Amino acid sequence: MADPVTHSDGPQSDGQGHNSGLLRYRDDKAASHAAVTVDAFVDQDDALAVRIEPGDEARELIPHLARVKLVEVNFPAFGDGRGYSAARILREAGYDGELRAVGDVLVDQLAYMRRCGFDSFDPDAPLDAGDVEAALARWPDVYQSAADDRTPIWTKRHA
Amino acid sequence: MYRYDSYDQAMVDARVEEFRDQCRRRLEGKLTEDQFKPLRLMNGLYLQLHAYMLRVAVPYGTLGGDQMRALADIAEKYDRGYGHFTTRQNIQYNWIKLEDAGDILADLASVEMHAIQTSGNCIRNISSDHFAGAAADELVDPRPYAELLRQWSSFHPEFAYLPRKFKIAVIASTTDRAAMKLHDIGIRIVERDGEQGGELGAQFYVGGGMGRTPMIAPCINEFVPLDRLITYAEACLRVYNRHGRRDNKYKARIKILVHELGAEEYTRQVDAEYAHMLDQGVEPPFAELERIRTFFADPEFRAADEASASNEPAKTASEPAFQRWVRRNTNPHKAPGYVSAVISLKPVGGIPGDATAEQMRLMADLAERYGFDELRVMHTQNIVLPHVHQSDLPAVWRALDGAGLSTPNLDQIGDIIACPGLDYCSLANARSIPVAQKISERFEASGKGEALGELKLKISGCINACGHHHAGHIGILGVDRKGVENYQLSLGGSEAEDTALAKITGPGFSEEGIVDAVETAADVYLRERTEGERFLDTYRRIGMTPFKEALYG
Repeated sequence: MADPVTHSDGPQSDGQGHNSGLLRYRDDKAASHAAVTVDAFVDQDDALAVRIEPGDEARELIPHLARVKLVEVNFPAFGDGRGYSAARILREAGYDGELRAVGDVLVDQLAYMRRCGFDSFDPDAPLDAGDVEAALARWPDVYQSAADDRTPIWTKRHA
Repeated sequence: MYRYDSYDQAMVDARVEEFRDQCRRRLEGKLTEDQFKPLRLMNGLYLQLHAYMLRVAVPYGTLGGDQMRALADIAEKYDRGYGHFTTRQNIQYNWIKLEDAGDILADLASVEMHAIQTSGNCIRNISSDHFAGAAADELVDPRPYAELLRQWSSFHPEFAYLPRKFKIAVIASTTDRAAMKLHDIGIRIVERDGEQGGELGAQFYVGGGMGRTPMIAPCINEFVPLDRLITYAEACLRVYNRHGRRDNKYKARIKILVHELGAEEYTRQVDAEYAHMLDQGVEPPFAELERIRTFFADPEFRAADEASASNEPAKTASEPAFQRWVRRNTNPHKAPGYVSAVISLKPVGGIPGDATAEQMRLMADLAERYGFDELRVMHTQNIVLPHVHQSDLPAVWRALDGAGLSTPNLDQIGDIIACPGLDYCSLANARSIPVAQKISERFEASGKGEALGELKLKISGCINACGHHHAGHIGILGVDRKGVENYQLSLGGSEAEDTALAKITGPGFSEEGIVDAVETAADVYLRERTEGERFLDTYRRIGMTPFKEALYG
């Protein structure tokens, strides 16, 4: 498993105050660096934030993870699930910085995104706080392991 | 059979509440129809031509009597008193109201059932051999592996928004009764290097499918150890999720990815992902597989010579109709004195796969009384009582015969697979059901059905091929030709271990013409066959030409 990320009890408002829709599940301060494309990030030694598009190869970032402060994974349409794999790949590679889902991020996909390692969300349309809370509290357990630290049912059965 | 523990039950219950909440938000306008659609699809709800259709999962086709009764209750309470068993071993209800869906899911959950992931671009219900745990020719019962895959794939967070739907089948016999190589992933449980008593592992076939571009899956790994099964499956899925085409829904299935990359390159990518995943903790503890296996232990079979549990008069056993049914509709069992009995849902002139609530209850009663309380749904849209003592067959047959469930036509021309077609489906170009009805009536009238022997006929009402026409010994595809239904005939397909894709004979036929054409093709076989040859064997030996001459000459 990738190192577990630090979770706070709930979402925090962005310290920079530039986005009221930002949900964070981290204790550190939100990164405010401008995200560049994967190609640009790999070329620029001083870039600190990167945005992954669905067709990008997330593994190109792995040699550079030490300097990454923020990874944004873009969901141009919520039905395009490539970003879930990109997130897990980065967590599996040991990335423990902020991993932010941006774009068409909806409440009904939030729980799966959390499981794949996302710990912040910047949706195009703001989410209802009550719906978010309900969505993230929905599942009593999980069947399989992912990038979060939840213990799968099949492990609990034989603990 | 598998039974839920409190973990499984809590997950299914949570799903019901989630769906109720989603329906509420849809009604409140918080969810658009575009946003709601994939959510309802992942709970089995399609919008069809006339109403919503609900597809209920029957994992690997196995269900208990209580579950079959619950399906009957749902048919009466929420539908029109019947249900439709499908080619993926599920059941569909065609006249559902959206506002009832939450209550239906709750009713299902009360008997350890659900509609989770029976639609949508996710991993669908896992299918398997309908004679699993019973067949004389199986290596082991494949269902424990299917159940492990069910758990793994349920609510999988990474694979809920795949490029397209994803179907997995698991078998453990050299005879393929599950169309394994026509799935996105087909798994066959085998012994290492084919050595008797050798270590068990999983052979992976990836990239098969029917639809508009039918393909037979290549074997990409001859032996995945059982304690790596889930990790390997996860690697197969991740490569697909990342690289499967999303620009065109008709090219989005994994078969296109495997075809475009080539099986070798796809395998290389899977192997690289697998190597990476091995230390990621993906694999369940092996003890879980062992726990699951205990649910599939053999029931306590009676001695082969033990007497019947019924009071059925002894003369029933000598009735020709009974004997014909036993000859045709039973399959050899691994336990002495037992058979698997197939309940035909293909009465002459009926709708393939339909069963009324009363019929479902009767089947549940028979399972309880004579079959260790277990039933199976076949992908050919029939029902199986997997473990019936031969001495109980007269009583079982008598009860089935009284309910219109004793048609002795397993794998014969009357045992037609048909999709719902234009009578229900919004994708269809042509009706399937009336064609199936006319063909079964024609062959019943001519009496040729029995003479033809094994002849698998499959009908689809559009190129999506839900009726498996590519894999029929005789296949029929309904198309729309300038506003008129037209039917293309194809020959030579097989979904069994000798998997083959059927070839089109030539120009299509009208609705009446296709029934004549099927009879013409059947007559060519009767004329040309040699001793012991099935239709498919004769076609393979003599080729298409004699059929074409008879059809178009």
